[in-house]
Amino acid sequence: MQLFRAVILRLLTTAVTLSGVAVIVFVVIRVVPGNPIAMMLPPGATDEDVARLTALYGLDKSIFRQFLIWAGGVLQGDFGTSITTRQPVLGLVLGRLPATLELSVMALVIATVIGGFAALTGTRLRGTRSEAAIDVANGMALSVPDFLWGLVLILLFGVLWPVFHISGRVTPSIDLPFTTNFYLIESLVRLRPDLWWDIVSHMLLPALALAIPLAAIIGQVLKQSLKETMHLDYVTLSRTKGYSETHVITREALPNAVLPALTLVGVQFTFLIGGTVIIERLFSYEGLGNMAIDAVINRDLPLIQGIVILFAVIFTGVNLIVDLAYAALNPRLRHG
Amino acid sequence: MRNLSARVRGAPDRLLRDVSLSVAPGEVRGLVGESGAGKSMIGKAVLGILPRAVEVLSGEILLEGTDLLRLAPADRRRRIGATCALIPQDPLTALNPSRRIGPQMTDRLIDILGWSRTKAQDRARDLLAEVQITDPDRVLRQYPHELSGGMRQRVLIAAAFAAEPKLIVADEPTTALDVTVQKEVLRLIAGMQARHGTALLFVTHDLGVVSKVCQSLTVLYGGLVVENTTLRDFFPAPAHPYARALLAATPKYTDPGSSLVPVPQAVLDGVQAQVVAADRGWRNG
Repeated sequence: MQLFRAVILRLLTTAVTLSGVAVIVFVVIRVVPGNPIAMMLPPGATDEDVARLTALYGLDKSIFRQFLIWAGGVLQGDFGTSITTRQPVLGLVLGRLPATLELSVMALVIATVIGGFAALTGTRLRGTRSEAAIDVANGMALSVPDFLWGLVLILLFGVLWPVFHISGRVTPSIDLPFTTNFYLIESLVRLRPDLWWDIVSHMLLPALALAIPLAAIIGQVLKQSLKETMHLDYVTLSRTKGYSETHVITREALPNAVLPALTLVGVQFTFLIGGTVIIERLFSYEGLGNMAIDAVINRDLPLIQGIVILFAVIFTGVNLIVDLAYAALNPRLRHG
Repeated sequence: MRNLSARVRGAPDRLLRDVSLSVAPGEVRGLVGESGAGKSMIGKAVLGILPRAVEVLSGEILLEGTDLLRLAPADRRRRIGATCALIPQDPLTALNPSRRIGPQMTDRLIDILGWSRTKAQDRARDLLAEVQITDPDRVLRQYPHELSGGMRQRVLIAAAFAAEPKLIVADEPTTALDVTVQKEVLRLIAGMQARHGTALLFVTHDLGVVSKVCQSLTVLYGGLVVENTTLRDFFPAPAHPYARALLAATPKYTDPGSSLVPVPQAVLDGVQAQVVAADRGWRNG
């Protein structure tokens, strides 16, 4: 019951947040220089042509009027029409969403596995040279941003030793028999390992580029948290019961050390989703981020608005999931 | 334990200086000394949980004739888990907050001793009843934060006896407790020990506690055993001047008006000289 109330409260504050985001984006992209109409018309267009098109898209009205019209549409599920493609924004954006979600989640899984493994190994081998080596690798992974890792990975595994694809989401000559845009999931559901591998080998490098800095953060925070937990009496007590160090770390210390790390991972995951914008561009991956850059270049105002709102929804959704996971993992909160 | 010496890795001085003591089956031995005398260190050495920075220099820890220090680490761990147990100091931090009481009491029985789950659970239930917990089944399903400090200490005492260990180390089990609960917990430990016939090494700084539960005691100063005796011989007249001063310094509850007596400086100087002499012998030998 208490949980139910908390969720309702969160949804209400989320609505306020999203409205704020909508207002800011709407105003900012209209105030900055650059005119979508000028981008659309050929160089010899007359002033009359410009005026006619501007009126057609409603850009001659005041920003306030424009916002009311747009917001009214959004509340009815109509996000407007893309200026460049003349297609409904909602359909375009939702069509690209699965690509970005699959990429981000894959990156998160890779980051959790690598970071978790580094933290556990570092704790197990504490006080040795191996621990120092892990710390150094961690620092390196942390101090290089994701797009530079992307370039490094392209050079290593796309050029010098070309084992993975470095462009696109799937080999263009393959005709996908899919009904959804969740390629990775659908290839699994349809039991097509050949397609699955083609998709994975396209996703692996961009996912890795996004994952490496996050893995370093997870590794660092979790290791610090484990270090504090390892000094506690119940860990010592477990040692006297005859358990191995590995067992003591994974069974006694880890469940309690995960909690502080979890909140931070949630925050960092939203940064990772932000990072997809550049990484998708780098790898020509047909996701939301790539679409966002095109929309900005073309001053496709309705499309930019739609993408930003969707990103805002994803961010708040991730935060909600993290809070719920925290409650589920902590018995003190569960039984209130 | 024979001639055990230990030090912090690389440090010039020893933490434990040729410590020898023994606990017979069914015996309760008090291990007393001021803070930093090494009494907790001895308990940790027996249980194989010395901090990484501390190294054992020489000596042996004999458990039923086997020198624990000569076993391979994995064997030593399992041997200790199967035959020894710890009653920890602070009941509030000694239980894992994210695990239920039941698994925390039965894990050793199942994983190390190979008991069946049902047998281990029955055992845990019986022991909780033995430490006068009224609804054992409910407690087994609860998380530590749902229990009071006193209840948690009972759980920890019951858990220590679960595997019928040969030796239990009680590391200042009453220090973290409220004075009103202390007496009851002491009675509980003593009662359990007597019924199960376990050897008990009772680490404490409180001679009053020693006089209530122990049959023999070892007095430490600076990692050096200054007195190793039975309770009967100790209390009328300790042989060593430091032990005598320590006894005199114990507050007397029967006489609330008496002021606290510090250990005289001359006595401290004397025992310190003894420590230095022991080290001189160690360096030359």
